[in-house]
Amino acid sequence: MTAAGRRFGAILLPPLVFGVLFLLLWQVLVRVTGVKSYVLPAPSDIGAALRASIGVILDASLRSGANALVGLLVGVVLGVLLAALATRMPLLGGAVSPLVAALAAMPIVALAPLLNTMYSPLSTLPRREVVAISAFVPVFVNVLRGLSRLSPVHRELMQSYAASGGQVLRTIRVPGALPYFFTGLRVASSLAVIAAVVSEYFGGLEDGLGSRITSSVGATDYPAAWASVLGAVMLGLLFFLASLLLERVVVGNRALPVA
Amino acid sequence: MSTTGATTGATTAPAVEIRGVSKTFTVRRGAVVALEAIDLTVAPGEFVSLIGPSGCGKSTLLRIIADLLTPTSGTVEVGGKTAQRARLDQDYGFTFQQAGLLDWRTVRTNVELPLELHGVDRATRKARALELLELVGLFDFAGHRPPQLSGGMQQRVAIARALAERPTLLLMDEPFGALDEMTRERMQAELVRIARETSAAVVFVTHSIPEAVFLSDRVVVMSPRPGRIAEIIPVDLGDRTEDTREAPHFYATITRVREALRGRTVPDAGALEADIRADVAADSNTADTNAARGAL
Repeated sequence: MTAAGRRFGAILLPPLVFGVLFLLLWQVLVRVTGVKSYVLPAPSDIGAALRASIGVILDASLRSGANALVGLLVGVVLGVLLAALATRMPLLGGAVSPLVAALAAMPIVALAPLLNTMYSPLSTLPRREVVAISAFVPVFVNVLRGLSRLSPVHRELMQSYAASGGQVLRTIRVPGALPYFFTGLRVASSLAVIAAVVSEYFGGLEDGLGSRITSSVGATDYPAAWASVLGAVMLGLLFFLASLLLERVVVGNRALPVA
Repeated sequence: MSTTGATTGATTAPAVEIRGVSKTFTVRRGAVVALEAIDLTVAPGEFVSLIGPSGCGKSTLLRIIADLLTPTSGTVEVGGKTAQRARLDQDYGFTFQQAGLLDWRTVRTNVELPLELHGVDRATRKARALELLELVGLFDFAGHRPPQLSGGMQQRVAIARALAERPTLLLMDEPFGALDEMTRERMQAELVRIARETSAAVVFVTHSIPEAVFLSDRVVVMSPRPGRIAEIIPVDLGDRTEDTREAPHFYATITRVREALRGRTVPDAGALEADIRADVAADSNTADTNAARGAL
């Protein structure tokens, strides 16, 4: 247990020390050079802004987080279902894969304002749709790859057992695809938060971290804008860590390497 | 000549009966004849090795016996049934060069896999798997995951898995090919013991001459392009022990197999020479081998 603790410390300590040093250097540089706060506020100013409006930022994070979570869940479910379908029906897979590639190439920035005009300005739906589309792509691509992998040894082994297609799916393909699914989920969870925050820039409801950032910048309150950015970073990390934790719990050390 | 190492008294149908089997693969540029006019009978409980250079069709022949491939012509019977019937009835166990274990399952549930697929209940499955792990000497590793085991241990799990349905025939495709020499010899001794205890017939594909001779009642020497049986060499070494590897007759038989391999290699002598050189290099007692050949 102490060994595990020490290992954890060895992983955590270097970035922690680096982060603290980085903030110190930032603070000192801003104070010494006298850079204006609208160019780059000092960490202490951002901290003060964060403290002053912690309630508002938490509330905005909660709304962005809800959009990201709902969109992520929808995207993941769709991604898994469609990948499973494409595996069962290779013809469908061949038809869908280029479309998904096109979807992956589509910039969220272009999509968000268009979807916003489709719905009432009070609806959270367009944002959640943007998130769902962003999250769908990596999950679909990875799960499809995982499900279609069947090593020659396992194929022949199952053939020697006279196993049915359903048995092969259940005993080999699905468990074998799990690490791929979680790789997709890890990418999708980070993308979900980015997509949620970015889609909030483009009109619609006046809530969420994206709206907070635009309104703070509009009011020239730059430390407050940075405080909201900090909130977005925290939210993104939370999503990423949650998916990482889920992966550890489900597949343990069988996980594919990060990235 | 009596070549059956059978321990079962019953003289039922042969474990394998191959009659006039050929196999032609159609590839992009025409057809490749992988096997031609193969006749081979394996008695119950007999240990037979298939040896030959790459491309002689020995793995193809093994897969035809297993009904993983269908012959272009000829018939295959396993224990008196068609190959397909035998596969559906799980009359044989198959092991591959790679262990092919499922990394997300424990060692025990890997061994249980075929039983699970065929609807055997949980308690029976578990008891059988533990019994088999005892047999291959891995009882203490039942709860481990395959990646935690060495290559030799993984291969032993694969052998236990192949034995799960109490097959009367074990088909093995270079199962020790990826192991180091020391582990390989230990595994060979293990396999001799396991084959004796289960009294299953074994058809064993290998590249290694000493391995084929040490394990087998008969060594089937094959030649390539098209794959044919060049010669069948009986091995009369009695009960195998570590001393068997030092016995003069062991070396004499190795030499016979080597000569048989050399004899029919007009089309691709170079590759075969290299094959044999590799086998000689793998054999630590090359000098003794040469002495034995001199004495022959």
